[in-house]
Amino acid sequence: MDLIVQGVWKAVVLLVTFDPETWSITLLSLQVSGVATLASLFIGMGAGISLALADFRGKKLLVSIINTGMGLPPVVVGLFVTIMLWRNGPMGFLKLLYTPGAIILAQAVIATPIVAGITIAAIQNLPRNLRLQILALGATRLQMIWLLMREARLPLLAAVMAGFGGVISEVGASIMVGGNIKGYTRVLTTATVMETGRGNFDIAIALGIILLLLTFAVNYILTLVQQHDRPR
Amino acid sequence: MNAHPLILEIKNIDVRRGGARVLDVPQLSLRQGHILCLVGPNGSGKSTLLLTMCGLLDRTQGELLFKGLPVDGRPSMLAYRRSTATVFQEPLLFDTTVYDNVASGLKLRGLPRQEIRCRVEHNLERFRISHLARRAARKLSGGEAQRAALARAFATEPEILFLDEPFSGLDPPTREALIDDLERIFRDTGISVVMSSHDQTEALRLADVMVVMRQGSVVQTGSPEEIINFPIDEFVASFVGMGTVLKGKVVEALQDTVMIGVGDQRIECVGEAATGRQVILCIRPEHVTLALPGGKDSDSARNNFTGTITRIISMGHFLKVQLDCGFFLSTHITHQSREVLGLAVGGAVLVSFKATAVHMIAHA
Repeated sequence: MDLIVQGVWKAVVLLVTFDPETWSITLLSLQVSGVATLASLFIGMGAGISLALADFRGKKLLVSIINTGMGLPPVVVGLFVTIMLWRNGPMGFLKLLYTPGAIILAQAVIATPIVAGITIAAIQNLPRNLRLQILALGATRLQMIWLLMREARLPLLAAVMAGFGGVISEVGASIMVGGNIKGYTRVLTTATVMETGRGNFDIAIALGIILLLLTFAVNYILTLVQQHDRPR
Repeated sequence: MNAHPLILEIKNIDVRRGGARVLDVPQLSLRQGHILCLVGPNGSGKSTLLLTMCGLLDRTQGELLFKGLPVDGRPSMLAYRRSTATVFQEPLLFDTTVYDNVASGLKLRGLPRQEIRCRVEHNLERFRISHLARRAARKLSGGEAQRAALARAFATEPEILFLDEPFSGLDPPTREALIDDLERIFRDTGISVVMSSHDQTEALRLADVMVVMRQGSVVQTGSPEEIINFPIDEFVASFVGMGTVLKGKVVEALQDTVMIGVGDQRIECVGEAATGRQVILCIRPEHVTLALPGGKDSDSARNNFTGTITRIISMGHFLKVQLDCGFFLSTHITHQSREVLGLAVGGAVLVSFKATAVHMIAHA
Protein backbone atom coordinates (compact mmCIF):
# COMPACT_ATOMS: atom_id res chain seq x y z
CA MET A 1 0.00 0.00 0.00
CA ASP A 2 2.87 2.34 0.92
CA LEU A 3 4.27 1.75 -2.51
CA ILE A 4 1.23 3.20 -4.21
CA VAL A 5 0.83 6.17 -1.84
CA GLN A 6 4.51 7.03 -2.14
CA GLY A 7 4.36 6.57 -5.88
CA VAL A 8 1.40 8.87 -6.31
CA TRP A 9 3.02 11.44 -3.99
CA LYS A 10 6.24 11.38 -5.97
CA ALA A 11 4.28 11.64 -9.15
CA VAL A 12 2.46 14.75 -7.94
CA VAL A 13 5.78 16.31 -6.91
CA LEU A 14 7.31 15.56 -10.33
CA LEU A 15 4.31 17.03 -12.04
CA VAL A 16 3.91 20.22 -10.05
CA THR A 17 7.64 21.02 -9.98
CA PHE A 18 7.89 20.56 -13.73
CA ASP A 19 10.84 18.18 -13.42
CA PRO A 20 12.96 18.97 -16.52
CA GLU A 21 13.59 15.36 -17.50
CA THR A 22 9.92 14.36 -17.18
CA TRP A 23 9.01 17.45 -19.11
CA SER A 24 11.36 16.73 -22.00
CA ILE A 25 10.17 13.12 -22.22
CA THR A 26 6.56 14.31 -22.36
CA LEU A 27 7.31 16.88 -25.01
CA LEU A 28 9.17 14.35 -27.17
CA SER A 29 6.29 11.88 -26.89
CA LEU A 30 3.86 14.53 -27.98
CA GLN A 31 6.06 15.64 -30.87
CA VAL A 32 6.86 12.16 -32.14
CA SER A 33 3.32 10.83 -31.90
CA GLY A 34 1.86 14.10 -33.19
CA VAL A 35 4.01 14.09 -36.32
CA ALA A 36 3.39 10.37 -36.85
CA THR A 37 -0.38 10.90 -36.55
CA LEU A 38 -0.25 13.86 -38.93
CA ALA A 39 1.66 11.80 -41.49
CA SER A 40 -0.82 8.95 -41.13
CA LEU A 41 -3.69 11.40 -41.66
CA PHE A 42 -2.31 12.57 -44.99
CA ILE A 43 -1.54 9.07 -46.22
CA GLY A 44 -4.37 7.19 -44.50
CA MET A 45 -7.19 9.64 -45.22
CA GLY A 46 -5.99 10.25 -48.77
CA ALA A 47 -5.83 6.53 -49.47
CA GLY A 48 -9.04 5.84 -47.58
CA ILE A 49 -11.05 8.45 -49.48
CA SER A 50 -9.64 7.45 -52.88
CA LEU A 51 -10.40 3.82 -52.12
CA ALA A 52 -13.90 4.52 -50.87
CA LEU A 53 -14.73 6.52 -54.01
CA ALA A 54 -13.01 4.23 -56.48
CA ASP A 55 -14.53 1.17 -58.04
CA PHE A 56 -12.24 -1.55 -59.28
CA ARG A 57 -11.62 -5.27 -59.15
CA GLY A 58 -9.93 -6.39 -55.97
CA LYS A 59 -11.23 -3.46 -53.94
CA LYS A 60 -12.71 -5.77 -51.32
CA LEU A 61 -9.41 -7.61 -50.95
CA LEU A 62 -7.50 -4.36 -50.52
CA VAL A 63 -9.99 -3.06 -47.95
CA SER A 64 -9.70 -6.34 -46.01
CA ILE A 65 -5.92 -6.01 -46.01
CA ILE A 66 -6.17 -2.47 -44.66
CA ASN A 67 -8.67 -3.56 -42.03
CA THR A 68 -6.28 -6.31 -40.96
CA GLY A 69 -3.58 -3.63 -40.76
CA MET A 70 -5.66 -1.82 -38.16
CA GLY A 71 -4.62 -4.51 -35.69
CA LEU A 72 -0.95 -4.57 -36.69
CA PRO A 73 1.13 -5.61 -33.60
CA PRO A 74 3.60 -2.79 -32.81
CA VAL A 75 6.44 -5.25 -32.17
CA VAL A 76 6.04 -6.65 -35.67
CA VAL A 77 6.16 -3.13 -37.08
CA GLY A 78 9.17 -2.44 -34.86
CA LEU A 79 10.93 -5.52 -36.18
CA PHE A 80 10.11 -4.65 -39.78
CA VAL A 81 11.21 -1.02 -39.48
CA THR A 82 14.40 -2.05 -37.65
CA ILE A 83 15.32 -4.40 -40.48
CA MET A 84 14.55 -1.74 -43.07
CA LEU A 85 16.68 0.85 -41.27
CA TRP A 86 19.50 -1.53 -40.25
CA ARG A 87 22.96 -0.37 -41.30
CA ASN A 88 23.04 -2.63 -44.36
CA GLY A 89 19.24 -2.80 -44.76
CA PRO A 90 17.35 -1.33 -47.75
CA MET A 91 16.92 2.05 -46.05
CA GLY A 92 20.10 1.90 -43.97
CA PHE A 93 21.62 4.80 -45.85
CA LEU A 94 19.13 7.10 -44.13
CA LYS A 95 20.95 6.44 -40.82
CA LEU A 96 17.63 6.80 -39.08
CA LEU A 97 17.77 3.88 -36.64
CA TYR A 98 17.77 4.92 -32.95
CA THR A 99 16.62 8.46 -33.77
CA PRO A 100 13.22 10.13 -33.12
CA GLY A 101 12.72 9.93 -36.90
CA ALA A 102 12.73 6.15 -36.69
CA ILE A 103 10.01 6.22 -34.03
CA ILE A 104 7.93 8.58 -36.17
CA LEU A 105 8.31 6.23 -39.13
CA ALA A 106 7.30 3.16 -37.12
CA GLN A 107 4.36 4.93 -35.48
CA ALA A 108 3.16 6.25 -38.84
CA VAL A 109 3.21 2.68 -40.16
CA ILE A 110 1.06 1.63 -37.18
CA ALA A 111 -1.41 4.54 -37.45
CA THR A 112 -1.90 4.72 -41.23
CA PRO A 113 -4.02 1.56 -41.62
CA ILE A 114 -6.10 2.60 -38.58
CA VAL A 115 -6.84 6.00 -40.13
CA ALA A 116 -7.38 4.52 -43.60
CA GLY A 117 -9.68 1.76 -42.35
CA ILE A 118 -11.92 4.12 -40.38
CA THR A 119 -11.92 6.63 -43.26
CA ILE A 120 -13.09 4.00 -45.75
CA ALA A 121 -15.90 2.95 -43.41
CA ALA A 122 -16.85 6.58 -42.76
CA ILE A 123 -17.08 7.56 -46.42
CA GLN A 124 -18.82 4.35 -47.46
CA ASN A 125 -21.33 4.83 -44.71
CA LEU A 126 -22.62 8.05 -46.29
CA PRO A 127 -25.79 7.69 -48.42
CA ARG A 128 -24.97 6.28 -51.86
CA ASN A 129 -26.51 9.16 -53.76
CA LEU A 130 -24.89 11.89 -51.64
CA ARG A 131 -21.89 11.95 -53.95
CA LEU A 132 -24.16 12.44 -56.96
CA GLN A 133 -26.17 15.07 -55.11
CA ILE A 134 -23.01 17.06 -54.33
CA LEU A 135 -21.86 16.88 -57.96
CA ALA A 136 -25.34 17.87 -59.08
CA LEU A 137 -25.10 20.95 -56.86
CA GLY A 138 -22.21 22.04 -59.04
CA ALA A 139 -19.23 20.90 -57.01
CA THR A 140 -15.80 20.29 -58.50
CA ARG A 141 -14.14 17.02 -57.55
CA LEU A 142 -12.17 18.69 -54.77
CA GLN A 143 -15.25 20.46 -53.46
CA MET A 144 -17.06 17.12 -53.46
CA ILE A 145 -14.33 15.46 -51.41
CA TRP A 146 -14.33 18.37 -48.98
CA LEU A 147 -18.12 18.16 -48.52
CA LEU A 148 -17.99 14.38 -48.10
CA MET A 149 -15.33 14.82 -45.41
CA ARG A 150 -17.45 17.45 -43.72
CA GLU A 151 -20.42 15.09 -43.72
CA ALA A 152 -18.25 12.31 -42.29
CA ARG A 153 -16.48 14.60 -39.80
CA LEU A 154 -17.54 12.66 -36.71
CA PRO A 155 -16.11 9.30 -37.76
CA LEU A 156 -13.11 11.02 -39.41
CA LEU A 157 -12.19 12.72 -36.13
CA ALA A 158 -12.66 9.35 -34.47
CA ALA A 159 -10.03 8.13 -36.93
CA VAL A 160 -7.66 10.86 -35.75
CA MET A 161 -8.28 9.88 -32.13
CA ALA A 162 -7.82 6.20 -32.80
CA GLY A 163 -4.61 6.85 -34.73
CA PHE A 164 -3.13 9.12 -32.07
CA GLY A 165 -4.30 6.87 -29.24
CA GLY A 166 -2.72 3.91 -30.97
CA VAL A 167 0.72 5.46 -31.32
CA ILE A 168 1.07 7.49 -28.12
CA SER A 169 0.41 4.36 -26.05
CA GLU A 170 2.53 2.07 -28.16
CA VAL A 171 5.82 0.85 -26.66
CA GLY A 172 7.11 -2.15 -28.63
CA ALA A 173 8.08 -0.37 -31.82
CA SER A 174 9.39 2.73 -30.05
CA ILE A 175 11.78 0.79 -27.91
CA MET A 176 13.00 -1.34 -30.83
CA VAL A 177 13.65 1.42 -33.35
CA GLY A 178 14.31 4.27 -30.89
CA GLY A 179 16.37 2.44 -28.32
CA ASN A 180 15.12 4.46 -25.32
CA ILE A 181 18.18 6.73 -25.38
CA LYS A 182 18.08 9.19 -22.50
CA GLY A 183 17.37 12.73 -23.65
CA TYR A 184 17.11 11.64 -27.28
CA THR A 185 14.63 8.88 -28.01
CA ARG A 186 13.15 8.26 -24.58
CA VAL A 187 9.40 8.71 -24.69
CA LEU A 188 6.72 8.26 -22.02
CA THR A 189 6.00 4.61 -22.73
CA THR A 190 9.60 3.45 -23.05
CA ALA A 191 10.55 5.38 -19.90
CA THR A 192 7.69 3.79 -17.99
CA VAL A 193 8.82 0.31 -19.02
CA MET A 194 12.38 1.08 -17.94
CA GLU A 195 11.50 2.66 -14.59
CA THR A 196 9.13 -0.19 -13.76
CA GLY A 197 11.89 -2.66 -14.57
CA ARG A 198 14.22 -0.84 -12.22
CA GLY A 199 11.65 -0.84 -9.46
CA ASN A 200 11.24 2.95 -9.54
CA PHE A 201 7.48 2.68 -9.23
CA ASP A 202 7.05 6.30 -8.17
CA ILE A 203 8.51 7.66 -11.40
CA ALA A 204 6.70 4.98 -13.42
CA ILE A 205 3.37 5.97 -11.85
CA ALA A 206 4.10 9.65 -12.54
CA LEU A 207 4.85 8.88 -16.18
CA GLY A 208 1.72 6.75 -16.42
CA ILE A 209 -0.42 9.57 -15.07
CA ILE A 210 1.12 12.03 -17.53
CA LEU A 211 0.46 9.62 -20.39
CA LEU A 212 -3.17 9.29 -19.36
CA LEU A 213 -3.62 13.04 -18.93
CA LEU A 214 -2.01 13.72 -22.29
CA THR A 215 -4.20 11.23 -24.11
CA PHE A 216 -7.24 12.61 -22.35
CA ALA A 217 -6.37 16.21 -23.21
CA VAL A 218 -5.81 15.50 -26.89
CA ASN A 219 -9.00 13.48 -27.17
CA TYR A 220 -10.95 16.11 -25.25
CA ILE A 221 -9.85 18.80 -27.70
CA LEU A 222 -10.71 16.58 -30.66
CA THR A 223 -14.10 15.81 -29.16
CA LEU A 224 -14.77 19.52 -28.77
CA VAL A 225 -13.90 20.02 -32.42
CA GLN A 226 -16.03 17.04 -33.38
CA GLN A 227 -19.12 18.24 -31.55
CA HIS A 228 -18.60 21.88 -32.50
CA ASP A 229 -21.17 23.57 -34.75
CA ARG A 230 -23.61 20.68 -34.65
CA PRO A 231 -26.95 22.46 -34.92
CA ARG A 232 -29.54 21.48 -32.38
CA MET B 1 -38.85 30.95 -83.96
CA ASN B 2 -40.40 28.28 -81.78
CA ALA B 3 -41.79 29.52 -78.48
CA HIS B 4 -40.32 26.42 -76.88
CA PRO B 5 -36.86 25.82 -78.37
CA LEU B 6 -34.99 22.63 -77.53
CA ILE B 7 -32.99 23.02 -74.34
CA LEU B 8 -31.79 19.46 -73.90
CA GLU B 9 -31.36 16.62 -76.31
CA ILE B 10 -29.87 13.17 -75.86
CA LYS B 11 -28.85 10.88 -78.68
CA ASN B 12 -27.90 7.22 -78.90
CA ILE B 13 -27.71 6.70 -75.16
CA ASP B 14 -26.48 3.21 -74.37
CA VAL B 15 -25.77 2.24 -70.77
CA ARG B 16 -24.47 -1.20 -69.88
CA ARG B 17 -23.94 -2.71 -66.50
CA GLY B 18 -22.03 -5.94 -66.18
CA GLY B 19 -22.35 -6.48 -69.92
CA ALA B 20 -26.13 -6.21 -69.88
CA ARG B 21 -27.81 -3.29 -71.56
CA VAL B 22 -29.83 -1.36 -69.00
CA LEU B 23 -30.70 1.67 -71.09
CA ASP B 24 -31.11 2.16 -74.81
CA VAL B 25 -32.58 5.48 -75.89
CA PRO B 26 -31.94 6.57 -79.49
CA GLN B 27 -33.29 10.10 -79.01
CA LEU B 28 -35.13 12.20 -76.47
CA SER B 29 -35.48 15.95 -76.17
CA LEU B 30 -36.79 18.52 -73.75
CA ARG B 31 -38.23 21.86 -74.81
CA GLN B 32 -37.70 25.05 -72.85
CA GLY B 33 -40.36 25.50 -70.21
CA HIS B 34 -41.72 21.99 -70.61
CA ILE B 35 -42.18 19.42 -67.90
CA LEU B 36 -41.13 16.02 -69.12
CA CYS B 37 -42.12 13.07 -67.00
CA LEU B 38 -40.48 9.67 -67.23
CA VAL B 39 -42.86 6.98 -66.08
CA GLY B 40 -42.64 3.23 -65.88
CA PRO B 41 -42.56 0.42 -63.35
CA ASN B 42 -39.59 -0.10 -61.03
CA GLY B 43 -36.53 -1.22 -62.94
CA SER B 44 -37.71 0.27 -66.23
CA GLY B 45 -34.64 2.49 -66.40
CA LYS B 46 -36.23 5.86 -65.70
CA SER B 47 -33.82 6.81 -62.93
CA THR B 48 -30.86 5.67 -65.04
CA LEU B 49 -32.14 7.80 -67.91
CA LEU B 50 -32.65 10.77 -65.60
CA LEU B 51 -29.13 10.47 -64.17
CA THR B 52 -27.78 10.22 -67.69
CA MET B 53 -29.64 13.37 -68.67
CA CYS B 54 -28.23 15.33 -65.74
CA GLY B 55 -24.72 14.11 -66.55
CA LEU B 56 -24.21 12.18 -63.33
CA LEU B 57 -23.74 8.73 -64.78
CA ASP B 58 -20.33 7.51 -65.86
CA ARG B 59 -19.78 4.78 -68.39
CA THR B 60 -22.34 6.18 -70.75
CA GLN B 61 -22.24 6.07 -74.50
CA GLY B 62 -24.06 8.70 -76.45
CA GLU B 63 -24.45 12.43 -76.78
CA LEU B 64 -25.83 15.05 -74.47
CA LEU B 65 -26.67 18.40 -76.07
CA PHE B 66 -27.47 21.41 -73.89
CA LYS B 67 -28.93 24.27 -75.95
CA GLY B 68 -27.52 22.61 -79.03
CA LEU B 69 -23.96 22.32 -77.72
CA PRO B 70 -22.43 18.97 -76.77
CA VAL B 71 -21.62 18.40 -73.10
CA ASP B 72 -18.41 16.41 -72.82
CA GLY B 73 -15.19 16.72 -70.92
CA ARG B 74 -14.81 18.00 -67.39
CA PRO B 75 -15.13 21.80 -67.87
CA SER B 76 -18.31 21.65 -69.93
CA MET B 77 -19.74 18.98 -67.62
CA LEU B 78 -19.15 21.23 -64.60
CA ALA B 79 -20.71 24.18 -66.42
CA TYR B 80 -23.68 21.99 -67.38
CA ARG B 81 -24.15 20.76 -63.80
CA ARG B 82 -24.05 24.36 -62.64
CA SER B 83 -26.82 25.24 -65.09
CA THR B 84 -29.00 22.41 -63.80
CA ALA B 85 -30.11 21.04 -60.45
CA THR B 86 -31.15 17.61 -59.26
CA VAL B 87 -33.37 16.51 -56.41
CA PHE B 88 -33.43 12.85 -55.44
CA GLN B 89 -36.03 10.71 -53.75
CA GLU B 90 -34.14 11.03 -50.44
CA PRO B 91 -33.60 14.72 -49.56
CA LEU B 92 -29.83 14.11 -48.99
CA LEU B 93 -29.43 17.23 -46.88
CA PHE B 94 -26.12 18.13 -45.30
CA ASP B 95 -25.67 17.78 -41.56
CA THR B 96 -26.07 21.49 -40.87
CA THR B 97 -28.87 24.06 -40.69
CA VAL B 98 -31.62 24.38 -43.27
CA TYR B 99 -30.26 27.81 -44.21
CA ASP B 100 -26.76 26.47 -44.88
CA ASN B 101 -28.23 23.62 -46.89
CA VAL B 102 -30.13 25.95 -49.16
CA ALA B 103 -26.99 28.09 -49.47
CA SER B 104 -24.69 25.16 -50.26
CA GLY B 105 -24.96 25.22 -54.07
CA LEU B 106 -24.34 28.97 -54.07
CA LYS B 107 -21.28 28.65 -51.82
CA LEU B 108 -19.84 26.09 -54.24
CA ARG B 109 -20.16 28.73 -56.95
CA GLY B 110 -18.41 31.27 -54.79
CA LEU B 111 -21.23 33.82 -54.88
CA PRO B 112 -21.01 36.94 -52.70
CA ARG B 113 -22.54 36.65 -49.24
CA GLN B 114 -25.22 39.24 -49.84
CA GLU B 115 -26.45 37.53 -52.98
CA ILE B 116 -26.48 34.15 -51.24
CA ARG B 117 -28.54 35.53 -48.39
CA CYS B 118 -31.02 37.11 -50.76
CA ARG B 119 -31.52 33.97 -52.83
CA VAL B 120 -31.71 31.66 -49.81
CA GLU B 121 -34.35 33.77 -48.10
CA HIS B 122 -36.37 34.01 -51.29
CA ASN B 123 -36.36 30.24 -51.78
CA LEU B 124 -37.08 29.43 -48.16
CA GLU B 125 -40.13 31.63 -48.49
CA ARG B 126 -41.05 30.13 -51.84
CA PHE B 127 -41.20 26.65 -50.28
CA ARG B 128 -42.82 27.93 -47.07
CA ILE B 129 -39.97 26.89 -44.79
CA SER B 130 -38.60 30.28 -43.69
CA HIS B 131 -39.47 29.43 -40.10
CA LEU B 132 -37.16 26.39 -40.27
CA ALA B 133 -34.06 28.30 -41.45
CA ARG B 134 -32.08 27.80 -38.21
CA ARG B 135 -33.28 24.24 -37.65
CA ALA B 136 -30.94 21.27 -38.02
CA ALA B 137 -31.66 19.63 -41.37
CA ARG B 138 -31.52 16.17 -39.77
CA LYS B 139 -34.45 17.02 -37.51
CA LEU B 140 -36.90 17.88 -40.29
CA SER B 141 -39.92 15.78 -41.16
CA GLY B 142 -39.96 14.05 -44.56
CA GLY B 143 -42.02 16.76 -46.24
CA GLU B 144 -39.99 19.61 -44.72
CA ALA B 145 -36.74 17.94 -45.74
CA GLN B 146 -37.91 17.50 -49.33
CA ARG B 147 -38.93 21.17 -49.39
CA ALA B 148 -35.46 22.14 -48.16
CA ALA B 149 -33.91 19.97 -50.89
CA LEU B 150 -36.09 21.65 -53.51
CA ALA B 151 -35.26 25.11 -52.14
CA ARG B 152 -31.57 24.18 -52.33
CA ALA B 153 -32.03 23.21 -55.98
CA PHE B 154 -34.05 26.30 -56.91
CA ALA B 155 -31.58 28.63 -55.14
CA THR B 156 -29.02 27.89 -57.85
CA GLU B 157 -31.55 29.18 -60.41
CA PRO B 158 -31.14 26.19 -62.71
CA GLU B 159 -32.23 26.22 -66.31
CA ILE B 160 -33.24 22.59 -66.05
CA LEU B 161 -34.47 20.88 -62.92
CA PHE B 162 -34.19 17.10 -62.58
CA LEU B 163 -36.43 15.36 -60.06
CA ASP B 164 -35.91 11.67 -59.39
CA GLU B 165 -39.07 10.29 -57.78
CA PRO B 166 -39.31 13.40 -55.61
CA PHE B 167 -42.57 12.50 -53.90
CA SER B 168 -42.15 8.76 -53.40
CA GLY B 169 -41.09 8.92 -49.77
CA LEU B 170 -43.95 11.17 -48.66
CA ASP B 171 -47.33 10.35 -47.19
CA PRO B 172 -50.37 11.33 -49.30
CA PRO B 173 -51.37 14.67 -47.65
CA THR B 174 -47.76 15.91 -47.55
CA ARG B 175 -47.30 14.84 -51.15
CA GLU B 176 -50.47 16.64 -52.24
CA ALA B 177 -49.42 19.89 -50.58
CA LEU B 178 -45.96 19.70 -52.10
CA ILE B 179 -47.26 18.92 -55.60
CA ASP B 180 -49.64 21.90 -55.30
CA ASP B 181 -46.77 24.22 -54.43
CA LEU B 182 -44.49 22.79 -57.08
CA GLU B 183 -47.15 23.17 -59.74
CA ARG B 184 -47.43 26.86 -58.84
CA ILE B 185 -43.65 27.34 -58.75
CA PHE B 186 -43.18 25.56 -62.09
CA ARG B 187 -45.76 27.86 -63.62
CA ASP B 188 -44.31 31.02 -62.07
CA THR B 189 -40.71 30.30 -63.00
CA GLY B 190 -41.32 28.67 -66.38
CA ILE B 191 -38.47 26.30 -65.57
CA SER B 192 -37.76 23.23 -67.74
CA VAL B 193 -38.19 20.04 -65.75
CA VAL B 194 -37.39 16.37 -66.17
CA MET B 195 -38.92 14.17 -63.50
CA SER B 196 -39.25 10.45 -63.01
CA SER B 197 -42.14 8.78 -61.28
CA HIS B 198 -43.70 5.37 -60.97
CA ASP B 199 -47.00 7.02 -60.13
CA GLN B 200 -48.83 7.99 -63.30
CA THR B 201 -51.20 10.38 -61.51
CA GLU B 202 -48.31 12.69 -60.58
CA ALA B 203 -47.19 12.61 -64.19
CA LEU B 204 -50.66 13.30 -65.54
CA ARG B 205 -50.98 16.29 -63.30
CA LEU B 206 -47.64 17.95 -63.93
CA ALA B 207 -46.36 16.80 -67.29
CA ASP B 208 -46.43 18.47 -70.69
CA VAL B 209 -44.72 15.44 -72.15
CA MET B 210 -44.91 11.91 -70.80
CA VAL B 211 -42.34 9.26 -71.63
CA VAL B 212 -43.37 5.70 -70.82
CA MET B 213 -40.47 3.33 -70.25
CA ARG B 214 -40.07 -0.40 -70.01
CA GLN B 215 -36.90 -2.49 -69.64
CA GLY B 216 -34.57 0.37 -70.47
CA SER B 217 -36.39 1.53 -73.57
CA VAL B 218 -38.86 4.29 -74.33
CA VAL B 219 -42.17 2.71 -75.27
CA GLN B 220 -44.21 5.82 -75.98
CA THR B 221 -43.74 9.58 -75.87
CA GLY B 222 -46.57 12.08 -76.01
CA SER B 223 -48.79 14.47 -74.12
CA PRO B 224 -50.59 12.93 -71.12
CA GLU B 225 -53.86 13.08 -73.08
CA GLU B 226 -52.33 11.20 -75.98
CA ILE B 227 -50.87 8.55 -73.76
CA ILE B 228 -54.00 8.01 -71.74
CA ASN B 229 -56.41 8.07 -74.63
CA PHE B 230 -54.21 6.47 -77.24
CA PRO B 231 -51.84 4.07 -75.58
CA ILE B 232 -49.61 2.45 -78.14
CA ASP B 233 -49.80 -1.05 -76.65
CA GLU B 234 -51.16 -3.20 -73.86
CA PHE B 235 -48.29 -2.37 -71.52
CA VAL B 236 -48.82 1.39 -71.77
CA ALA B 237 -52.58 0.93 -71.50
CA SER B 238 -52.37 -1.05 -68.30
CA PHE B 239 -49.66 1.21 -66.88
CA VAL B 240 -51.60 4.43 -67.35
CA GLY B 241 -54.63 2.91 -65.72
CA MET B 242 -56.85 1.76 -68.55
CA GLY B 243 -59.40 -0.15 -66.56
CA THR B 244 -60.12 -2.76 -69.19
CA VAL B 245 -57.81 -4.16 -71.81
CA LEU B 246 -59.41 -6.77 -74.09
CA LYS B 247 -58.14 -8.88 -76.97
CA GLY B 248 -60.42 -9.22 -79.95
CA LYS B 249 -60.76 -9.63 -83.66
CA VAL B 250 -62.37 -7.32 -86.22
CA VAL B 251 -65.53 -9.05 -87.45
CA GLU B 252 -67.10 -6.27 -89.46
CA ALA B 253 -66.01 -2.86 -90.75
CA LEU B 254 -68.83 -0.29 -90.73
CA GLN B 255 -68.86 3.35 -91.70
CA ASP B 256 -66.54 5.15 -89.23
CA THR B 257 -66.72 2.28 -86.78
CA VAL B 258 -65.76 -1.37 -86.56
CA MET B 259 -67.33 -4.32 -84.82
CA ILE B 260 -64.91 -6.30 -82.71
CA GLY B 261 -65.62 -9.81 -81.58
CA VAL B 262 -64.56 -10.38 -78.01
CA GLY B 263 -65.47 -13.86 -76.83
CA ASP B 264 -69.11 -14.30 -77.80
CA GLN B 265 -69.84 -10.58 -77.59
CA ARG B 266 -69.45 -7.77 -80.05
CA ILE B 267 -68.11 -4.34 -79.19
CA GLU B 268 -68.45 -1.38 -81.50
CA CYS B 269 -65.68 1.13 -81.58
CA VAL B 270 -64.57 4.15 -83.56
CA GLY B 271 -61.68 3.53 -85.92
CA GLU B 272 -60.58 1.69 -88.99
CA ALA B 273 -59.23 -1.82 -89.26
CA ALA B 274 -59.46 -4.63 -91.77
CA THR B 275 -61.78 -7.51 -91.04
CA GLY B 276 -60.01 -10.41 -89.38
CA ARG B 277 -57.36 -8.20 -87.80
CA GLN B 278 -56.34 -8.93 -84.21
CA VAL B 279 -56.82 -5.87 -82.02
CA ILE B 280 -56.60 -4.75 -78.41
CA LEU B 281 -59.40 -2.68 -76.93
CA CYS B 282 -58.91 -0.29 -74.02
CA ILE B 283 -61.79 1.12 -72.04
CA ARG B 284 -61.18 3.62 -69.26
CA PRO B 285 -63.22 2.89 -66.12
CA GLU B 286 -64.74 6.37 -65.99
CA HIS B 287 -66.27 5.87 -69.44
CA VAL B 288 -68.37 2.90 -68.35
CA THR B 289 -71.80 3.58 -66.84
CA LEU B 290 -73.92 1.19 -64.80
CA ALA B 291 -77.69 1.00 -64.46
CA LEU B 292 -80.14 -1.42 -62.89
CA PRO B 293 -81.71 -4.08 -65.16
CA GLY B 294 -85.11 -2.97 -66.46
CA GLY B 295 -83.93 0.61 -66.68
CA LYS B 296 -83.66 2.43 -69.99
CA ASP B 297 -80.59 1.77 -72.11
CA SER B 298 -78.39 4.79 -72.60
CA ASP B 299 -79.50 6.45 -75.86
CA SER B 300 -76.16 7.53 -77.12
CA ALA B 301 -74.05 4.58 -76.06
CA ARG B 302 -73.59 2.04 -78.83
CA ASN B 303 -72.39 -0.68 -76.52
CA ASN B 304 -74.93 -2.09 -74.05
CA PHE B 305 -74.46 -5.32 -72.17
CA THR B 306 -75.90 -7.14 -69.22
CA GLY B 307 -73.22 -8.07 -66.75
CA THR B 308 -72.74 -9.80 -63.43
CA ILE B 309 -70.73 -8.17 -60.69
CA THR B 310 -67.80 -10.45 -59.83
CA ARG B 311 -65.95 -8.25 -57.38
CA ILE B 312 -66.20 -4.91 -55.61
CA ILE B 313 -62.90 -3.49 -54.37
CA SER B 314 -62.64 -0.42 -52.19
CA MET B 315 -60.05 2.07 -53.48
CA GLY B 316 -60.61 4.55 -50.67
CA HIS B 317 -62.63 7.42 -52.10
CA PHE B 318 -64.26 5.21 -54.70
CA LEU B 319 -64.99 1.57 -55.52
CA LYS B 320 -63.64 -0.51 -58.34
CA VAL B 321 -66.32 -2.83 -59.75
CA GLN B 322 -65.34 -5.81 -61.85
CA LEU B 323 -67.93 -7.25 -64.16
CA ASP B 324 -68.44 -10.30 -66.30
CA CYS B 325 -70.28 -9.31 -69.50
CA GLY B 326 -69.08 -12.27 -71.47
CA PHE B 327 -65.79 -10.42 -71.28
CA PHE B 328 -64.05 -8.80 -68.36
CA LEU B 329 -64.87 -5.16 -67.69
CA SER B 330 -63.83 -2.81 -64.92
CA THR B 331 -65.38 0.47 -63.80
CA HIS B 332 -65.30 2.93 -60.93
CA ILE B 333 -68.31 4.06 -58.89
CA THR B 334 -68.76 6.19 -55.81
CA HIS B 335 -69.82 4.75 -52.46
CA GLN B 336 -73.04 6.68 -52.84
CA SER B 337 -73.94 5.15 -56.22
CA ARG B 338 -73.35 1.72 -54.79
CA GLU B 339 -75.94 2.34 -52.10
CA VAL B 340 -78.44 3.98 -54.43
CA LEU B 341 -78.17 1.16 -56.98
CA GLY B 342 -77.88 -1.50 -54.28
CA LEU B 343 -74.95 -3.16 -56.01
CA ALA B 344 -73.60 -6.42 -54.63
CA VAL B 345 -71.38 -9.22 -55.86
CA GLY B 346 -73.43 -11.62 -57.99
CA GLY B 347 -75.97 -8.95 -58.90
CA ALA B 348 -76.88 -8.15 -62.49
CA VAL B 349 -76.44 -4.69 -64.02
CA LEU B 350 -76.78 -2.93 -67.35
CA VAL B 351 -73.40 -1.81 -68.62
CA SER B 352 -72.99 0.79 -71.33
CA PHE B 353 -70.19 2.73 -73.00
CA LYS B 354 -69.85 4.76 -76.16
CA ALA B 355 -68.10 3.62 -79.30
CA THR B 356 -65.81 6.63 -78.89
CA ALA B 357 -64.83 5.47 -75.39
CA VAL B 358 -63.11 2.41 -76.79
CA HIS B 359 -59.49 2.86 -77.82
CA MET B 360 -58.44 0.28 -80.37
CA ILE B 361 -54.83 -0.82 -80.81
CA ALA B 362 -54.12 -2.88 -83.89
CA HIS B 363 -51.86 -5.82 -83.02
CA ALA B 364 -48.48 -5.74 -84.73
